[in-house]
Amino acid sequence: MSFDLLKERRAQVVRNSRDAVVALDCNKASAAGSVSQRACTFCGSRVVLYPIADALHLVHGPVGCAAYTWDIRGALSSGPELHRISCSTDMREREVVFGGEQRLEASLRRLIAQHVPRAAFVYGTCIVGVIGDDVPAVCKRVEVDVGIPVIPVLAEGFRGTKRDGYNAACGALLALIGTGDTAGVTPHSINLLGDFNVAGESWIIRKYFEEMGIEVVSVLTGDGRVDEIRRAHGARLNVVQCAGSMTPLAKAMQERYGIPFIRVSFFGIEDTADALYRTAERMDSPEVMGRARALVSREISRVLPDLRACKQHLAGKRAGLYVGGAFKAFSLVRALRQLGVSVVLAGTQTGSREEYEELQAVCDENTVIVDDTNPLELASFLVEQDVDVFIGGVKERPIAYKLGIGFCDHNHERKIALAGFEGALAFAREVRATATSPIWNLMPRRRRTVTTAMGD
Amino acid sequence: MSCAAAKTTAPNVHSSAKPDATVNPCTLCAPLGAALATAGVRGAIPVLHGAQGCATYIRRYLISHFREPMDVASSSFGEAQTVFGGEDNLGRALDNVLHQYHPELVTVATTCLAETIGDDVPLLLKRYRTRTGSALPLVHAATPSYRDGHVEGFHSMVYALVKALACNQGTPLRAVNLLPPLVSPADLRHLREIVAGFDVAATLLPDYADRLDGVILDQYRALPDGGTRVVDIASMPRALASIDLTLTGRAPRASKLLADRGAPARVLGLPIGVRATDAMIQALADVTGAGRPAWLLGERGRLLDAYADGHKYVFGARVGLYGDPEFVAALAGFLLEIGARPVFCATGARNRALPEALATLPVGSVDEVLDDTDFESIGAACERLKPDLLMGSSKGYRLAHSLGIPLLRIGFPIHDRLGAGRILHVGYRGTTRLFDELVNALLQRQQDLSPVGFSYL
Repeated sequence: MSFDLLKERRAQVVRNSRDAVVALDCNKASAAGSVSQRACTFCGSRVVLYPIADALHLVHGPVGCAAYTWDIRGALSSGPELHRISCSTDMREREVVFGGEQRLEASLRRLIAQHVPRAAFVYGTCIVGVIGDDVPAVCKRVEVDVGIPVIPVLAEGFRGTKRDGYNAACGALLALIGTGDTAGVTPHSINLLGDFNVAGESWIIRKYFEEMGIEVVSVLTGDGRVDEIRRAHGARLNVVQCAGSMTPLAKAMQERYGIPFIRVSFFGIEDTADALYRTAERMDSPEVMGRARALVSREISRVLPDLRACKQHLAGKRAGLYVGGAFKAFSLVRALRQLGVSVVLAGTQTGSREEYEELQAVCDENTVIVDDTNPLELASFLVEQDVDVFIGGVKERPIAYKLGIGFCDHNHERKIALAGFEGALAFAREVRATATSPIWNLMPRRRRTVTTAMGD
Repeated sequence: MSCAAAKTTAPNVHSSAKPDATVNPCTLCAPLGAALATAGVRGAIPVLHGAQGCATYIRRYLISHFREPMDVASSSFGEAQTVFGGEDNLGRALDNVLHQYHPELVTVATTCLAETIGDDVPLLLKRYRTRTGSALPLVHAATPSYRDGHVEGFHSMVYALVKALACNQGTPLRAVNLLPPLVSPADLRHLREIVAGFDVAATLLPDYADRLDGVILDQYRALPDGGTRVVDIASMPRALASIDLTLTGRAPRASKLLADRGAPARVLGLPIGVRATDAMIQALADVTGAGRPAWLLGERGRLLDAYADGHKYVFGARVGLYGDPEFVAALAGFLLEIGARPVFCATGARNRALPEALATLPVGSVDEVLDDTDFESIGAACERLKPDLLMGSSKGYRLAHSLGIPLLRIGFPIHDRLGAGRILHVGYRGTTRLFDELVNALLQRQQDLSPVGFSYL
């Protein structure tokens, strides 16, 4: 393939070098015509709030934006499943010309009466921002009548990047937080921010904290419930996993309610243990810390033999990863390293300057690091870096498979929980299942190597 | 399973142009259809004029169905473009797409945003051509999703391609144009095979079979091989005829335009079932003057043989149909010819094509027609009409699951199973496969519901 990096993207790609660290250009709008893997501002707001299962999520706009986000994340709920339906005001030409407020109000009233949610989120799409519907006014009017919070989330697709959408979602959550009664919240308590309960991951993490004697007041937003979110300000500490999306909320809660926060990750055994210890430390309780130690040592000894077995099969393999946020990338680099797999290509959709500095520090020499990349760049680097297993989401999958390269889904649609200790083992098994599959020996890319090996 | 009641009344047509929300849409947006149609042209790449998310959502959606790379570029609007217009970004998008992909053709489909702010895309493209001196064909289709869904977007792009490119008049060619709706790559290949059986060249528009059901590669291809060549589109007016398998409703027809330019049109709908396939075969025999190939007659005979073997298991089966108009109308005809009953025919399309097509069936064939509908309304129709089985995209899975009835996955999208591109629906061969699947789904249900099961039919 002839491949020539776009001029305006040259500073968004670097080859890692300890001797000469080059700052990566990032946090800017995608180049027109680049075929970015990023979605839009609306998407950022929608994915963060999506898992709140007892809220109504109404997309105000033409039908597409709601259709594409119908049941889009594998975010599980232990109870109501309102988040898994797709509601749209389905604006037509009439609304574009005469305004969509009436239709929005009728939709809200009908759906709230029908589904009895604990709150409603109204997402604005591009058109709404252009035609100037007064969404907040409609929300206010309905809220007063129906007696539940009706919250506008104005993150029109064109209004910035996906990261700006995260900020809008954080703003919407802040509108709920502080409105509930915190009576009964215990001193050893946390909110878990930035876990979305994909494949039940929040449940795994919650179980650890409960065993340690820590109350999880709310998870934002995995298996989320409006009433839990409303009393989140009663927690002692915010434990932030997906820092890219949730740091603005953590900072705002620190400012408004004096709740400190720590950034953690539950991907990989090292990071999971570290997250549990650091949370325990903040509880100022020898008892909590004692339980954390017991839990960590028990869980590690439970998964370590199998992890070692996987490592035997994986040692020397080369991985590429392209994920949404940088914090997941750090964890994956460490988790893969523990499996004997080196990361030779790493990138994110929404990393910031500081995050890329950290990614460069955690990655090996010569790793290709990319910001807001595209399919042609990815395909080229996968081949150039001789990747055995690529870790990403649905849009990255066919690029790997088309080249006969293994792939592991670490995005919204994964069906296997990859967080915590058991998740670390599941991840290792996933990587092993794809990286060591015998089918790759049949593929054109590997055929020459295999022939040589057999000839030997 | 109840007997098929011989109704004598016309079907109840529900249009869910609801006064309020659409819940669980039965349609995608127009640019998706336009992007997919573009993939059916060799060396073509679509640019969506608007914000970045549209292109990315559409890619994700199509990739989950075809499991193939599907590149869709965007002019990546920000606030400035929304206020001042997107000309500069469209120009940059075209520059970058040309630089990276070296395409033979670029299509530009508009998103809601570009349409609402009123960007005059034909003018912008003209200015781009003048400024750059580029001779590359740039084809524009207006696809605002506040007007159209993916079905209409698909037809709009095919129409735009024909309008812009099919201009070559002259000596007739021994070729037949085939205009398929949004069918699977396996369908497209089979349609090609059928036309080839009549010893004429086939120009399918669009033909994304090889691009969206491609081979494994050792070197990545920016634009994979396959698709209808621009020169062949240019020659479409010189074909013996156009066989049009689409139902465009109120939208303009590409085959009508081709007829105006010289290739007479035969409008047939999708060939699913014996009668519908016979009609296409007859049309091909008529326009080519060639005899029916023996292998096709063999497939027809085997299909009838399968019907004989399985007819009792499907007799009176109550089937709920939903999806694109062409599929739903064709499947309704298929069900009627095997003695099953399409209790409802539903589509999210907005072009009025489905009610029009169903109006040609005998009165009383269908209980209800749901036009411009959503899955909330389809769920309500299930409550009223109690189907034994649903046929449609994978988006009906949760509904079928909650009703405890089988879902036969048909058409687009199929996101929860492997091999969507390999599903053959059309022709005698595709119908045979569908018939087997239908019978077996009903048998499976009988086995599941039976305390003792059975080992032989």
